[in-house]
Amino acid sequence: MAGFDFSNHNRNAALHAQGVPLPKATSTGTTIVGCLFDGGVVIAADTRATSGPIVADKNCEKLHYIAPQIWCAGAGTAADTEFTTAIISSNLELHALSTGRKPRVVTCMTLLKQHLFRYQGHIGAYLVIAGVDPTGSHLFTVHAHGSTDKLPYVTMGSGSLAAMSVFETQWKRNLSRDDAVKLCADAIQAGIWNDLGSGSNVDVAVITEEKTTLMRNHLTPNERGRKERNYRFDRGTTAVLNEKIIKREEISKYVTVHELQDDSVTATAETMDVDS
Amino acid sequence: MATGVLGEDGIHVDMNHLKKGEVNMAINFKDGVILGADSRTTTGAYIANRVTDKLTQVHDTIWCCRSGSAADTQAVADIVHYHLGMYGITNDEAPTTQTAAAIFQELCYANKDSLSAGMIIAGYDHRHGGQVYSIPLGGSLHKQAYAIGGSGSTYIYGYCDANWQENMTEAEGVKFVKGALQEAIKWDGSSGGVIRMVVLTARGAQRHLYLPDQRYEGPGTQ
Repeated sequence: MAGFDFSNHNRNAALHAQGVPLPKATSTGTTIVGCLFDGGVVIAADTRATSGPIVADKNCEKLHYIAPQIWCAGAGTAADTEFTTAIISSNLELHALSTGRKPRVVTCMTLLKQHLFRYQGHIGAYLVIAGVDPTGSHLFTVHAHGSTDKLPYVTMGSGSLAAMSVFETQWKRNLSRDDAVKLCADAIQAGIWNDLGSGSNVDVAVITEEKTTLMRNHLTPNERGRKERNYRFDRGTTAVLNEKIIKREEISKYVTVHELQDDSVTATAETMDVDS
Repeated sequence: MATGVLGEDGIHVDMNHLKKGEVNMAINFKDGVILGADSRTTTGAYIANRVTDKLTQVHDTIWCCRSGSAADTQAVADIVHYHLGMYGITNDEAPTTQTAAAIFQELCYANKDSLSAGMIIAGYDHRHGGQVYSIPLGGSLHKQAYAIGGSGSTYIYGYCDANWQENMTEAEGVKFVKGALQEAIKWDGSSGGVIRMVVLTARGAQRHLYLPDQRYEGPGTQ
């Protein structure tokens, strides 16, 4: 039977009434953007995934493959964006195979909006769809409830306000490829720096008639610096009260002993980072 | 489970639900009909799209104005678009505006508990000329000389009643629609952006656009 299964709803409501908290979904409190340019389309995303106040993943991928020339940026519930794009990618591939034509961006958008509308917003996928097909370059947004928009530049996610302010002040007609990439990267950075739900790196995908270029970690403005201090204690800090030496020959009767290659490495466990 | 309830001041929908707190209208004039709408789409207090096209084609010279939930109205319009396309091909004759309105009504009434969609259907066909129908929230169907809808429409009942005339010329019709929409945009916070219009006559469909930075005077026909 098709349709959404609500049979666990009553159980969850009863559990919730007893004070059992709901499990937290990993959401991509996100900044995603897209922009058309002369000869193609660019989409970009930040790489932070959050679970409530916790950063669940510092370098996740929010740019999803649909077809070779159609890509999708996802905000909202991470699992939902991942699976809806995978399902639509699969359906579009079968459609392309049966028609013997390259898939179109409008087809992808229609499949997504009809899928999401059927689930009445319960599938929390907010998507930016971009692609080039025989009819030209296209850019759409799809909201979880199933509404769509077609615009020359778009933003979505919690950082969409910060990103849109960049587009609204810097966007101009007939952008070049490099200008469009710069503008999208700047818009994502506005989200990274000004939105708590967004952070880490900038991923960019450029789609033209010829090819798709995925620039994973196009910008990495948040690289972890080296620790200035550590809390390792100097040798001899603790007094030696007694000493007993067990030779390798003796111990190797009981356990297998491996010779360490590097003399400078101490035999203790891996060095541990401690916050200074 | 209804996603929207009718409140005192318009449609209240889930904050995350893309809504079009808006104004739109359709009128009859001498040679056909004119549809007009603002271009604002909101999610709560945020304008999700400031250049939305709320005038949607469902057949060659049958169009509709969408108001309420963006997702619901798009879904309904897409289904009607499919049915009318099928009708046109199987009967080898374009559907009438009344047929289109009846399909809209069927969908809006049968799914009234889960839809928040207020539609105005306007079209031109060679049998009946120009016609305007409105389908408010409950799913009833009303044939009218002119129809207004959306949250901003409450501000222009007076304007429309005072300025309405039967058998206006196209220029007079455009002036009437533009004047009404300007008032709605001025007084209603959730209406705004550009004014879009579609003129439907025996000659087909023609689009108009009026921008706020040209004080809604141009560029006119595209």
